[in-house]
Amino acid sequence: MDTQEVIRKQVTDNPVVLYMKGTPDAPMCGFSAAAVQILEACGADNVATVNVLADNDIRQGIKEFSQWPTIPQLYVNGEFIGGADIMREMYQSGELHKLFQK
Amino acid sequence: MDTTELIRQRLTALSPQGLEIFDDSHEHAGHAGARESGGGHFQVFIVSDSFEGKNKVARHRMIYQAVGDLMPAKIHALAIRAYTPGELDDINATPEAQERNSEPS
Repeated sequence: MDTQEVIRKQVTDNPVVLYMKGTPDAPMCGFSAAAVQILEACGADNVATVNVLADNDIRQGIKEFSQWPTIPQLYVNGEFIGGADIMREMYQSGELHKLFQK
Repeated sequence: MDTTELIRQRLTALSPQGLEIFDDSHEHAGHAGARESGGGHFQVFIVSDSFEGKNKVARHRMIYQAVGDLMPAKIHALAIRAYTPGELDDINATPEAQERNSEPS
């Protein structure tokens, strides 16, 4: 399977996926740490995280997948939502909570 | 030319009515990612008519595209706040903003 297919499978098999640097317990970048905190504050559970630092193919591939050059990246139900700034704005406006209400 | 000026030049392509660029690199000097790429951390606050009718993802993509040649060599991380002039008026009209603006400087 090539990297783009791997990513497509990750974001469709899991309802919420965060591509980040490091892990939720040990984020390796302030923006990734903020993304994790925002998801926690929204009460999002079942968040699958992918540490891009552990897989260079994914690290490069995820940038092509959404034509988005930076990490973190949030996907909900297969759809690219945005990076850390967009997550923060959507959290503040209440839009992000709505994504996790079912 | 410093990177802030380079970013400013690139973003003129979006005909901004308002543009502020902050260099936060000193706050992040030496962390793993910064060492790796050598690029700095920047914040961009930009107001432009060209964001009209575009969602946040589209706006950020426009900005990334404009500064793309600077990433990652010059820019390691870019925090973005992108508004249309109309949205900015709405934000400035909130009670919180009024209070903030009325504080003694």
